[in-house]
Amino acid sequence: MDLSLTTRQEGNHTVVVVGGEIDVYTAPKLREQLIDLVSGGSYHLVVDMEGVEFLDSTGLGVLVGGLKRVRAHEGSLRLVCTQERILKIFRITGLTKVFPIHSSIEEALAASE
Amino acid sequence: MPTVELRFAALNGHVRTARMIATAVSRRAGVPAGAADEIKLAVTEACARAVRVNRRHAPQAPVHVALIDTPDTFTITVADCGRTGDEVAPGPDGGLVTASTLLDLEPEAADPPWWSEPSDDDSAEDSAGFPPGLGLALIEGLVDEVEISRGPDGVGTVVAMTWHTGVDVEAAPYKTAR
Repeated sequence: MDLSLTTRQEGNHTVVVVGGEIDVYTAPKLREQLIDLVSGGSYHLVVDMEGVEFLDSTGLGVLVGGLKRVRAHEGSLRLVCTQERILKIFRITGLTKVFPIHSSIEEALAASE
Repeated sequence: MPTVELRFAALNGHVRTARMIATAVSRRAGVPAGAADEIKLAVTEACARAVRVNRRHAPQAPVHVALIDTPDTFTITVADCGRTGDEVAPGPDGGLVTASTLLDLEPEAADPPWWSEPSDDDSAEDSAGFPPGLGLALIEGLVDEVEISRGPDGVGTVVAMTWHTGVDVEAAPYKTAR
C-alpha cells in the first residue's frame, strides 16, 4: 500500500490527511508536502494519522522536520492519532513529549484556538 | 537452517519487499498480532539501517536477511557488509542505548539537543537531525531480545532480533520496553 495525501483548509489551519505506509521509500513525498505547505504560508498544520498503516523512523524524522519548519514561523503541528500501534512508536522514541497528539481533528483544532 | 532467506541490493525500495516477506512469514508462523506489528517495524528499521551502511561502504554488496521460526521463538537476522559497528551506538553497559537517552528527552527539557539542527536548508534530509542510532533504539524498544555482533569474516554487522512466541509467553502481555 502506497502513501496517500490530501489537504484541506479549516479556518487558519491546514489539515493533512495521511493514509497508507510512511517508510524510507514514501517519506520523501510527505516531506515535500509539508515543505510546500510551509513555503506557501501555512504555518498551522494538523496531520491526521488515522489512516496510517505503517510508520518508521524515517517518517518520524519527516514529522519532526515539519514541526521545526512551522515553529520557525511560530506555527504549530498537531497530530491526530488513536491507533495504539502508531502511538507506541511515538512513546518509545519519547516524541509524545514533542508532538501534541489528539484523538480527533475537531479536538486538535479546538486545542489550537 | 533459516526458514526463509533473502538477499537484496542496497536500495530503499527493497526495504518494503523485506517487510512484506517478514510479515508473511511471521503470519504463517502464527505469531500473535501485536508481535507481528513489532516484527514489521523492527525488520524495516534493521533493513533501512543496513541499506544506509552498505551504501556508504559497499554499495554493490547485498543486504542479507534470515527468518528463523522455531516452536518457541521467531528470529530475524539482518546483516550488512559495511564497516563493523557502523550506526551502532552502544550504551555504557555494553547494550544498546534507548531512544529516550539517544534523544536526551528529559521531561523538563523543552527541546532535545538535535532540535537546534539548522532547518533552513530544504535540500537537507529532515532525518539528518536524528541521531543515526534511532532505528536501533526503536528496535531495542520493540524486540524481546536484540543481539548485535560482528559479521562473518569480520565484515559488517549482524543485528539478530528474537521474539518469544511460545504458548506460555503468548498468554502473558508481551514486553514492550525494558
